[in-house]
Amino acid sequence: MDYVYEIGNLNLRYYQIQALRQVSLNIGKNQVTALIGPSGCGKTSLLRTLNRLSDFIPGIHIEGLIKLNGEDIFADKTDVIDIRRRVGMVFQKPNPFPMSIFDNVAYGPRCHGIKNKKMLNDIVVESLRRAALYDEVKDRLNRSALELSGGQQQRLCIARALAMKPEVLLMDEPTSALDPIATAKIEELIKELKKDYTIVIVTHSMQQAARISDITAFFLMGELIEVGPTKEFFATPSDPRTENYITGRFG
Amino acid sequence: MYSKRSRQRIIVNNMVSVIMFVLSMSSIVILAVIIGSIFSQGLSRVTWDFLTGFPSRKPDESGILPALVGSLIVVGGALLMALPIGLATAFYLQEFAHKRVFVETIQTLIYNLAGVPSIVYGIFGSAFFVATLKVIFENLHMTITTGRVLLAGILTMSILILPIIVVTTQEAIKTVPRNLKEASYALGASRVQTTGKITARFAFPNILTGLILSIARILGETAPLLLVGAAGFITFLPTNLFGSFTVLPVQIYSWIMRPQEAFQTTAAAGIIVLLLTQLLLSGIAIILRAVLQKRRY
Amino acid sequence: MKILPKKSNGSESSASQKHRLAVSRLETLVPILLIALATIVIMISIGLVLSLIFNTYRFFSLVSLLEFFTSKEWTPLFATPRYGVYPLVVGTILVVAGALTIAVPIGLVTAIFLSEYAPSWLAKTLKPILEILSGIPTIVYGFFAIRVITPFIQALIPETQFYNAASASIAMGFMIVPIVTSLSQDALTSVPEQLRTGGYALGLTKWEVTKGIVFPSARSGVSAAIILAVSRAIGETMIVAIAAGSQPSASWNPFESVMTLTGYIALVSQSDAPEGTTAYYALYAVGLLLFLITLTLNLIGRRFIRRKTGNVNV
Repeated sequence: MDYVYEIGNLNLRYYQIQALRQVSLNIGKNQVTALIGPSGCGKTSLLRTLNRLSDFIPGIHIEGLIKLNGEDIFADKTDVIDIRRRVGMVFQKPNPFPMSIFDNVAYGPRCHGIKNKKMLNDIVVESLRRAALYDEVKDRLNRSALELSGGQQQRLCIARALAMKPEVLLMDEPTSALDPIATAKIEELIKELKKDYTIVIVTHSMQQAARISDITAFFLMGELIEVGPTKEFFATPSDPRTENYITGRFG
Repeated sequence: MYSKRSRQRIIVNNMVSVIMFVLSMSSIVILAVIIGSIFSQGLSRVTWDFLTGFPSRKPDESGILPALVGSLIVVGGALLMALPIGLATAFYLQEFAHKRVFVETIQTLIYNLAGVPSIVYGIFGSAFFVATLKVIFENLHMTITTGRVLLAGILTMSILILPIIVVTTQEAIKTVPRNLKEASYALGASRVQTTGKITARFAFPNILTGLILSIARILGETAPLLLVGAAGFITFLPTNLFGSFTVLPVQIYSWIMRPQEAFQTTAAAGIIVLLLTQLLLSGIAIILRAVLQKRRY
Repeated sequence: MKILPKKSNGSESSASQKHRLAVSRLETLVPILLIALATIVIMISIGLVLSLIFNTYRFFSLVSLLEFFTSKEWTPLFATPRYGVYPLVVGTILVVAGALTIAVPIGLVTAIFLSEYAPSWLAKTLKPILEILSGIPTIVYGFFAIRVITPFIQALIPETQFYNAASASIAMGFMIVPIVTSLSQDALTSVPEQLRTGGYALGLTKWEVTKGIVFPSARSGVSAAIILAVSRAIGETMIVAIAAGSQPSASWNPFESVMTLTGYIALVSQSDAPEGTTAYYALYAVGLLLFLITLTLNLIGRRFIRRKTGNVNV
């Protein structure tokens, strides 16, 4: 099994707050790995470390190793911009730029130097198709992205990330701000996308994890408690804390 | 047991409400009286001849053109100098700076500069710009013998508005939602790219606020420009940056200080022109800002 | 064409590499450019203070510190010039104090009204009016003072001189009302709603709640408002230059001419005191004094605001 991410003994602290404690985890290729756990358990912090958005947390202090396809992402000579191109991210609340739909998707490629109109057009169309949004917006690519519904905006953000041709897609509770129908559409999309991408998804909903993920990891107070193939994870959890969380005794 | 005192308390309460209302409306009354008295005295004097004429010893023949042109040049020139520095400083403080000491130093300096009375800027302008220009002119063997020239006025006004521009731009940058910037970084954009394409673009309409405030401020300043050489009897239009100059408030001031009653009328007319110019320029900028805010979808 | 993950090793075109280089060059250059421009701000501040200090030093090599602070006469243009700053300070205090007697009551009451009493449509109309008032050039207030206020006072009190402190005070009071109002209003509206609700629950009238609960809570914000208004008034030039006169008498009579600190500076700037004379250098000494006074007041005022809101961003 190819591991896209190898995380070893990761400790993350900002000021005096220890967000992650000795976390070791491997993310498998072309799989959906779900990170679950109660609020504040560190799963979002971990996600942001994977594309080094953690650099922006004030007072941040990281120890440990994270390898992306064998490269240490925290090494001095690592180009952080390259990392962020190879690793796309979708956020909890859809955050399209106040621009046209076309410009939103084309933003990333333009930042990376692609100016050719035809190339940009091809990339935008293809990304929107992959995000299952193209048919709904193909007549209004020049209209503002803010006119779209919540679910459509989120798929736009996915298309925007896909335009960078990433290897990994990180998703931070992507459906928690959406209604059930929009949620279902995106879950469908994720199952389709995992054929070509590796996906790591943070979710508050255990049902969602059970529906769409291949591997589930449970975090509590900054520690990785248990990780395993989803079916077994939910059927027969080994750690009592995991069982308590799954059965709803807390969280 | 409580009834008599209750009635008293209620009466007091109601009386206070009325007094409050009346006193608060006094601001409106004051404004109306001020504007009204000036307009009634000066409006008849605001003619086309007045707007295009030059000052004269005779009050009825005095015009305001050099002052108007001078004011516009000073506003334009000061903005031209102060905007780049002010914007750069604000963006630096908000988006690029890392060393806290440096940031806090500049930040405190800016806030303190903002509270300095205008006349002190005039003193500085006189001590520094006027004196330095004079030295430069001498060394270049130019025919100008004094530093009290248009350029000194522009430079002095530009440092006057610098804190305004920095502070309002900082506030504008702060309104940019963090998640937009995060989305940009997550796509692999660099800090410069994110700041230019996302932050600056989103904050731009609010940055205009600094511009609006500065325009009104510069147009209304008298004392600092007096100190750096704006004169009360300039009968020509400025042809270059190194000549004598005047601005609307200074011209008005010189008319006020003349004994003849007719000059008071002229001064009132000048004030009307000043207020209308402020209104016009600020109005254009405000409309521009509103249009741009809508266009942010 | 499917969008597949792009391998990041070796297969980059040279155009893409050139672009990367350009981006990283910009990334290092832009901050440098910004720092350079930001440093100008530091240089300006230092330059400002230095020029004041330097010229003040020149002044004090001609006039003793003792005379400056203790002599009760300010007569730079006399045959035997005296440079005691006392008359100017008296004039300033007289005018500013008078302005406060108008601005504080009106300003505070308006602030309380806007914050606690006014329905929102009224508040919305009043706010722009206050903004307009604060944007009017001070020369307009000065003109209003001698054209309307002075005749009015003279009608009431015939001994009033044409140039007098009272007229300037009143005009200045009107001018600083918006400052007092807006800062006080901020302080009042930031008082938590629960405090008011608690008062009403005890059966207090609106006025009692405002007077006894809301206003005391907003005390530091209101103090800050007044201090900053004072600072503004002290630094104001044109109203006094036009209406208050140029008699540096140390009299506390508001119906006579006075000269303020700023008034002297305005006078020298247009007078015959040529550069290089003591009278001219006195300008810098007075300017430095003004600068220090307003700076101190501003720092104190901001400290009050900080204490109230806990907000260090002021």
